[in-house]
Amino acid sequence: MLDITKLLEELKASPYEEQAIYTPHTGVVTFPELKPGDSVAGVSGTYKEKPGTTLAYIERERNKKSINAQESGEIVALNTELEGQFVEAGQQIATLRHYLSKDEVISIILKQTLYLFPAPERAKYYFTPDIDQKVKASGASAVTVRPGMELLIMSRMKRESPVFYEGPEGVIYAVYFQPNENVDVGEPLFGVCPPDQLSQIEDVVVRVQTEWMERQ
Amino acid sequence: MDIEKKLQLLSERLRYIQDIFGHRKNEHIELLKAKLDEFLKREPNLSHPDKVRELASLEDLFTFQENRLERDLTPMDKVRIVRHPQRICLKDILENVYDNYTEIGGQDEYSIDPSMLIARAYITRRVRGRVHHQPVMVIGQEKGHGQEFRNGGSVKPWGNAKALHYMKVAETENIPIHTYIFTPGSYPIEDYPGAAQQIARNLYEMAALKVPVIAIFSEGGSGGAEAIGMADKRLMLSHGYYSVISPEGAAAIESGIRQGQRAPVEFIENAARNLKITAEDNKRQGYIDRIVPEPPLGARPEHYDFFKLLRQEVISATDEVVLKVRGIKLFRAWALRRRKRMQTMRTDAESLFVRWSLSANAREDLLVRRYQRFAHMSRKAFLDPRSTWKRAHSSAYDLLWSVYSFFRYDMFRKHSKKVRHTVEEVGAEVQYVWDKVLSPVKKVRNMLSKPKALPPEKEQQLTQLSYWEEENGAQDGAWKYVSPKAREDRAITCPNAATHGCLDLWAPDLYGDFAGVCSYCGHHFRMEYHWYLYNVFDANSIYEFNDEIESQNPLDYEGFSQKLEQAKKKTGLKSACKTFEARIDGIQLVVAMLAADFRGGSVGAAEGEKFFRAAERARKKHFPFLAYVHGTAGIRIQEGVNGVIQMPRCTLAVRRYIDAGGLYLVLYDTNSYAGPVASFLGCSPYQFSIRSANIGFAGPGVIKETTGMDIPPDYHKAYSALSRGHIQGIWDRREVRGNLQQALLTMGGRNLYYR
Repeated sequence: MLDITKLLEELKASPYEEQAIYTPHTGVVTFPELKPGDSVAGVSGTYKEKPGTTLAYIERERNKKSINAQESGEIVALNTELEGQFVEAGQQIATLRHYLSKDEVISIILKQTLYLFPAPERAKYYFTPDIDQKVKASGASAVTVRPGMELLIMSRMKRESPVFYEGPEGVIYAVYFQPNENVDVGEPLFGVCPPDQLSQIEDVVVRVQTEWMERQ
Repeated sequence: MDIEKKLQLLSERLRYIQDIFGHRKNEHIELLKAKLDEFLKREPNLSHPDKVRELASLEDLFTFQENRLERDLTPMDKVRIVRHPQRICLKDILENVYDNYTEIGGQDEYSIDPSMLIARAYITRRVRGRVHHQPVMVIGQEKGHGQEFRNGGSVKPWGNAKALHYMKVAETENIPIHTYIFTPGSYPIEDYPGAAQQIARNLYEMAALKVPVIAIFSEGGSGGAEAIGMADKRLMLSHGYYSVISPEGAAAIESGIRQGQRAPVEFIENAARNLKITAEDNKRQGYIDRIVPEPPLGARPEHYDFFKLLRQEVISATDEVVLKVRGIKLFRAWALRRRKRMQTMRTDAESLFVRWSLSANAREDLLVRRYQRFAHMSRKAFLDPRSTWKRAHSSAYDLLWSVYSFFRYDMFRKHSKKVRHTVEEVGAEVQYVWDKVLSPVKKVRNMLSKPKALPPEKEQQLTQLSYWEEENGAQDGAWKYVSPKAREDRAITCPNAATHGCLDLWAPDLYGDFAGVCSYCGHHFRMEYHWYLYNVFDANSIYEFNDEIESQNPLDYEGFSQKLEQAKKKTGLKSACKTFEARIDGIQLVVAMLAADFRGGSVGAAEGEKFFRAAERARKKHFPFLAYVHGTAGIRIQEGVNGVIQMPRCTLAVRRYIDAGGLYLVLYDTNSYAGPVASFLGCSPYQFSIRSANIGFAGPGVIKETTGMDIPPDYHKAYSALSRGHIQGIWDRREVRGNLQQALLTMGGRNLYYR
């Protein structure tokens, strides 16, 4: 069993994730006026349609393209010695520090503590009608799953087949799939929590919600 | 009335005046405020008779000052008047102008769209002791007095659909329609039936609505106003405005501010003045027929005299329209004319009786008059530098074509068609009998002989719906026109690269060989309109006409003349519209092209006139008519109502052409938005788009600003327009020539363009 408290302490000790920015292809790199310590914005907008802060430009065959930050955060390092130089693809040009938000922390903890049931195929998934009714009425956490239970319907190319649950017994704590959207093979469909750990996880979630200080 | 009530009314009057004059300081308002405050201070100590006396004099002072302030009103003040919650609204008019009414299609928030109000109303006239009840259909935007659910009179597409439905009902019942325009503009959403599409549909139907339509303008904001504004008589309230865009919108565009910011106040005041939006301006330009005078500082619900006057005006306007197309009208028409001269119509319009239902002939006459009326509008708003000799020559040419067309198609064609049909029918009968008689002989012959194989080309022709000849399609990259962008030695990234993984493309390949189409995902990069001129139409088949017509600055909008000059110099065009005759594989057609390079392809008086004339030419010559929209940003705001009026005007021309049997095709390229899409382009039954084009009513920024909604990035993409039913198909640029030819042959049929 995982020590959730320890995990949370670890996350608190380094409440960020470092992201290296690489050049997508060859070209001459130039940097706008940014320096380490500056904060940058990630993609934004309801549809993620607004690009983030420009971190660098790369020009190849008179085609200048900008390299933008995907997540908000702070610049840790900027390889300004590459300014005006021709670089190969995959060259690291910057390092960003992205401070974790409450939701991200919760999802990290959940993904480590829950049993994640993987998608057996790339397909669309639905709960079986009786489970679906239960989920709609009182949420996914009302469903207790047991090994061998017929839980999901996998739908692909008009072929629908049942999916049987394999794994430890417990309640569904998090659902990661959307009806009508394809899930890639191996991606988690839902996370199962053993009944005895349920109160502990709920505790941690509440603690994160109240205690976690968001930096941005 | 007790003192308290009177005082309350006075302070309301003062607040209204302050609202109207906005931020401006005015000594008359200061005086009123000081006097009222002083009275309020002294009031507790005064005796009752003193109170009454002083209050009466205070009321007189208010009336006097209001009359004075009336003279200081600027166009922007009038905009504030019509937007004020105390402004009269359609419900007030229904209560006070009509004798009886029933709301149709729901009441208040319980209706499909509360901002569009429909009522079946009655006007009762007593003439020589007899009572005549005359039904009318009243249609209009309802703002209400500060009612949030009415959306400030911004009608959603389904509200306009409701209006159209009841216009058709009025047509069936043969009763006149009174439309009241109280809208700052339409609600810009593309959800089915779509803002632009529905306005286009309304205009198209109104172009042939066989009942008198009287429109009364209070607040006429662009497309929203046009949806119910195409009328035989257009009245306007003296404190109303009728404009292409709100002064704020124009100021925002002119001052070039970013989304979400507000334009400076001076810019807005300036724009209101420059746009010439008031009733007097519109009357001078000929876009409205009469001004209905309002009390000083605008009509409010308590001005009962105003409603009485409005009643007289709508009655006499309807009388005038009906009498114009009536058989027996001699003395009454004369009486109306006389009244108009003597300015007495406002008092006794009801004493004259005119039945408002029309006979079949009168209905046809009404349509002809409506067409002519709009055809003559805005003809002074563009430059036509042709010499008298050239003009005479062109009129004679038009006349000759009309005469030829009459004999060739209306007379000869009609009879020859009849003869041909009879011959066909008789031939088919004879064929049947002959086949029956010969069937035993055929059977024997078939048994003896072997079936003959067809030559391969013949078989291909007979068995395949369409087969691509070598010169169709990609032409192996050998285009007749090569974009200047292909001469640059550089790479270009496809905007879909992130999602589709497209590799960078080398400009000479992309623009030279691939016709601007990404070879990985099929994204269409913007291409100059010249590409189509050379690669779609037959070589040397383009003959341009009306090329002398030139855009100008009819409102003397500040700084616009220089911008026009720049555009003319840069593009070598005289306006955003180019009209020409051309051939596609030998099929002759008339084309009107809106070029995005010239002021965003916006439509003003010159563009509208050229489009109008092109539709007329296509009708006279009996050619199919193609509108190739290389891109349009909408109506040219700097031309004010001269631009907006092109919406109904060109729709009328298109409707007449289609009704005469013409085939009207629209092809969108790049970005097409607003007015033109919501009228003469959007009304076509056959609209196609080049891939990767954007089509819609209002751009994402405008939607965000007016509705507060974030719209998805692909909201205006051609594929979304297709799934909403706005357009009928999406074409690849490299196949446009073949597709157009196919469309002409299948939609036009064997005789092309003529049913």
